[in-house]
Amino acid sequence: MSLSGAVIPPSDGDHSTAEDPGRSLLVTEPLTLESGVVLPAYRIGYQTYGALNADKSNAILVCHALTGDQYAANTHPITGKPGWWTSLVGAGKVVDTDRYFVICSNVLGGCLGTSGPKEINPETGEIWGLDFPVITIGDMVAAQRRLIDHLGIGQLFCVIGGSVGGMQVLQWAKAYPERVFAAVPLATAAKHSAQNIAFHEVGRQAIMADPDWCHGDYIKQGKRPERGLAVARMAAHITYLSEPALHRKFGRNLQDRPRFTYGFEADFQVESYLRHQGISFVERFDANSYLYITRAADYFDLAAEFDGVLAEAFRETRTRFCVISFTSDWLYPTAESRVIVKALNAVAADVSFVEIETDSGHDAFLLEEPELFRTLGGFLDGCAKHRGLRWR
Amino acid sequence: MAVTAEDMASIPALDAGAAGLRADLALIAQMVAPGSRVLDIGCGDGALLAHLARAKSVDARGMELSQAGVNACVRNGLSVIQGDADNDLEAYPTGAFDYVILSQTLQATRQPRQVLDSLARIGRHAIVSLPNFGYWRVRLSLLLTGRMPRSPLLNYSWWDTPNIHLCTLRDFTVLADDLGVAIEEARMLDPAGRPYGMSARHPAANWLAAQGVFLLKRAE
Repeated sequence: MSLSGAVIPPSDGDHSTAEDPGRSLLVTEPLTLESGVVLPAYRIGYQTYGALNADKSNAILVCHALTGDQYAANTHPITGKPGWWTSLVGAGKVVDTDRYFVICSNVLGGCLGTSGPKEINPETGEIWGLDFPVITIGDMVAAQRRLIDHLGIGQLFCVIGGSVGGMQVLQWAKAYPERVFAAVPLATAAKHSAQNIAFHEVGRQAIMADPDWCHGDYIKQGKRPERGLAVARMAAHITYLSEPALHRKFGRNLQDRPRFTYGFEADFQVESYLRHQGISFVERFDANSYLYITRAADYFDLAAEFDGVLAEAFRETRTRFCVISFTSDWLYPTAESRVIVKALNAVAADVSFVEIETDSGHDAFLLEEPELFRTLGGFLDGCAKHRGLRWR
Repeated sequence: MAVTAEDMASIPALDAGAAGLRADLALIAQMVAPGSRVLDIGCGDGALLAHLARAKSVDARGMELSQAGVNACVRNGLSVIQGDADNDLEAYPTGAFDYVILSQTLQATRQPRQVLDSLARIGRHAIVSLPNFGYWRVRLSLLLTGRMPRSPLLNYSWWDTPNIHLCTLRDFTVLADDLGVAIEEARMLDPAGRPYGMSARHPAANWLAAQGVFLLKRAE
């Protein structure tokens, strides 16, 4: 293996990892991106939970979604909040860290320790900004593969992720089928729809319309396009919820006031909630990263290289799939999951498909959904049996 | 509320052994060769699949219409998708499975002819069980009461039954012949669900069988 990676602490001045050094891999083997651009070296920030067994057969790779990060199951270094998938990943939980070795890495283009637009371009010594090459889901997964190589893991027991993380799961299964024993794409799609792209474009335009964005050069100019990024998050956040969930949570309730103010303050609770979502998001996320990662999702179309025949992406696959969708998810609706299932059926792949009844919308995969947990637990147990995994 | 390991362990195993299987399912299980690839359409809670996986080491897959059924199966480690015989068989490639099983479901499909055709295409063998509308009690019930018959197998009022394409065993064998599907084995069950020592192709079986179980194969 030509990989010459080493676990080294992140560079000084990386404020995002100052509180928790986390773990970081510097890959010096160049990566040829799908765009043709070559990334000579790059860093991957990651976290692991649990212990790798002797034959390295119990590794689960968790792929994070659009604005997630590697802190799936431990305290986030910036927000101080519990990891984003603490409900699912941990000792005695469905993805049981007493049994499995769980890996979660920050995606390429991200902003929490993995190379991305806010990091230093080693060739120039300057912040990348928009000089960072545009990356794809395929590039993200190719970079993750170097991390898995580095950890000495041949075949992952399972790759699991929701939304943009689910796209990475599908990409893993397509690009490295022999390295994925089981795959769980949650609330996702095999390609980004026009509607998906449209919503992302709204977010990007909001960021780029902020004068503090400075054509992507805001870090050097000592500014942050907080308003633009917050608006992008607010618009996106609506797509993660469902109308019934919004109604259930907020209805038309007013925010700490008995009547309308007849102005443009946040009169309604839902406005206040969205503003809060926007403000708290800008604390932990980089605006340019948001542009790059949304772009990667937009470019995603697993069937494109097979003349649109998705089944070809999975031909000869021996991976066991568990596709899960949620009834009220209108961002990646069940129909998109069915497309994946149909393609897998067309090659007689081993696939389970469950649509879970919930009014929580797209975000359901991040929430405590008992049916999701039971399904996933059963699937993992079944796969563990087939894989011959044993525990004390 | 998080699901604990205890919760997971407390979910009862479905495979209570062939003894716990519905009569037609036990008969179907006998027809399946060990180590084969099986697709069970309308697999319900996965009882047959679990039994086949355990007792015959088959590569067991399922399809089920009800969400609760699918979830129960996947929860128990079975590979099952939500779907139905009318809409979701087309995607499968020819000869993908050694056996495709359709138990007590053909009469509830919208297009039984196409479904049977698909079964014989996807599977090297198909196994179909179905209630016999020609069973003498059914015939007598209609003759004497003048109302749509009800029996333990067909226990619905005419206006809420899912069984929209009921047939007799003879009707079924005629359709199979018509589609060029060979009947390799034809078993009948009496009303108590006991296998009866008469071929379901026998003319008398169309009177005497409460249900039939057929092992089919597309004719060469």
